Amino acid sequence: MTELNINHTDTGQTLVFSGRMDADGIAKIWKPACDGISNHAGADLTLDLSGVTYFDMAGAAFVVHLDRTAREQNLKSIRTTGLNPAAASLVERLSRKDLSAPEPAPSAGRIRMFVENQGRGLAAFRDDVKNYIAFFGEICWFFSTSLLRPNRIRWGETWRVAEQAGVNALPIVALISFIVGLVMAFQSAIPMKMFGAEIYVANLIGLAMVRELGPLMTAIVLAGRSASAFAAEIGTMKINEEIDALTIMGLEPVRFLILPRVIASTLMTPLLTVFAILVGILGGAVVILSLGHPFSAYYNQVVGFVSWGDFTGGMIKCFVFGVLIAATGCIRGYQTRQGPSAVGEAATRAVVSSIILIAVFDGIFSIIYYVLDV
Amino acid sequence: MKEPIIQVKHLFAGYNGQAIMEDLTFDINKGEIFVILGGSGCGKSTVLKHMIGLVPPVSGQVLIHGKDMVAARGKERTRLLRKIGVAFQNGALFGSMTVLENIMLPLTAFTDLSDDAARMLALAKLGLVDLSRNSHRLPGELSGGMRKRAAIARAMALDPGVLFLDEPSAGLDPLTSAELDLLIKDLARTLGITFVIVTHELESILSIADNTIMLEKETRGIIATGHPRDLKANPANEYAYRFFNRNPEKEKKP
Repeated sequence: MTELNINHTDTGQTLVFSGRMDADGIAKIWKPACDGISNHAGADLTLDLSGVTYFDMAGAAFVVHLDRTAREQNLKSIRTTGLNPAAASLVERLSRKDLSAPEPAPSAGRIRMFVENQGRGLAAFRDDVKNYIAFFGEICWFFSTSLLRPNRIRWGETWRVAEQAGVNALPIVALISFIVGLVMAFQSAIPMKMFGAEIYVANLIGLAMVRELGPLMTAIVLAGRSASAFAAEIGTMKINEEIDALTIMGLEPVRFLILPRVIASTLMTPLLTVFAILVGILGGAVVILSLGHPFSAYYNQVVGFVSWGDFTGGMIKCFVFGVLIAATGCIRGYQTRQGPSAVGEAATRAVVSSIILIAVFDGIFSIIYYVLDV
Repeated sequence: MKEPIIQVKHLFAGYNGQAIMEDLTFDINKGEIFVILGGSGCGKSTVLKHMIGLVPPVSGQVLIHGKDMVAARGKERTRLLRKIGVAFQNGALFGSMTVLENIMLPLTAFTDLSDDAARMLALAKLGLVDLSRNSHRLPGELSGGMRKRAAIARAMALDPGVLFLDEPSAGLDPLTSAELDLLIKDLARTLGITFVIVTHELESILSIADNTIMLEKETRGIIATGHPRDLKANPANEYAYRFFNRNPEKEKKP
């Protein structure tokens, strides 16, 4: 049990400590001891530690702290008694050290901080867009030069990424598209049935899946699945200085790491989209069949209504999405900063940026197709 | 005064049932600076991980204060863990907290200290390793040596009776490393803290160790025990001779 008694004398006071002076012990007497010392300018102070049974670094730090607090109070004299030699040497060692933390920098006013932060955010956004475009250009440059010499592309790595980001994504892409097709058909069949037009659900599903939802849903699933994986992979390599090692060896990181991913993703996204479209249309078929129409009617409606032009439009779109997803994932990974949360941050930025870009480019394509009347 | 604080009994060290070190038995006395010595990859760090209860050994016992660290569960395990401090090889500081917050974490979690008091104690520990001026920095902003010292300060936060240090002086400059050696010696003498150090820094071992065990990969066990001076003077086998004389060539003992 740790105890503190404060004895007042004519010329000052004595703080008498007894018991265990460890972290648990001093927790109880910290405040009373500090309070005891304050407001006694010009008096004597004695710290009597003869009753202490156990003393460790926490105790030593406490004694040093009391001593320093006392000095700041302009006391007449400060004495420490009753320390055994081992404890005394510890106190001595600690009191030689500088134990002050640096003062925190003064912070500006709140309104000024707010305005400053907005400005910084805007400047960062501008730089980010600039860097992204520059990096994207670099990737395109390496891509086009590699096409002239295809043996310089790492096909083994490309194949591995294609399997990981393409083949292994098939189940989730199929599941999402099936559910989208099913739900959309079901929701639209109810009002259309009032007009006896439920067979035209086939036209709706066919057109929506081929032109819009097939590419879009696939791209969003891949943005969540592959872009984050690319960013985390490359980000970890960046933190482990592997990228620096590649650069020093004269192997361009863009050609070595990013190109295989971009090529794999660009080839796999259209393939996955074809699957997504088929499965989505099958999802719609389930609803139509359950409403009592034969499958051949549904098939004829879809094939008769959806043109090759629609299909080509969808495919061109998902090529672009594939490039965007892989490039964004790699660029965000490449921009990873230092620190433990940096990789997580890079993965988040990869997913957010690629979804934004997908949405923006989807809009751009809609306008182009409208103008071209496709 | 020989009072074993840690007893390792018939420890088979390794992962997934595969022992890389077999049948290790040794005692560590209170207040002793005990060094586990051996070449790279021989399993020193694995033995350390078994001793601090982080990885269960293939078989065997590790008694700390007479209690089995391997079998301890729940409250008893927490009590045992409070009595030891560990500084990991790469520091293992929490990257999202400042150095000071890293040291304050165990103090505020396990004691009733007020924030001010915990801050003072943490600064004292940082002062001991000369880091108080860097207490406001994040671990990512520190150099390797600073991170190592901060890790030692965190291991000491609760004034444990036993400190486990994994490669404490690797990557430190000679001056800092020598100062660290002095600090370790001082803490052992003045406070009776027991140190268990895994290292292969010969100079540091010769200057601070009271007792040593030397592990060898080939024999999968302890090849020598005792004061490092004696181990150097009378090497147990050819490997030990080459190890202490920094001689990579295989040759006969003179």
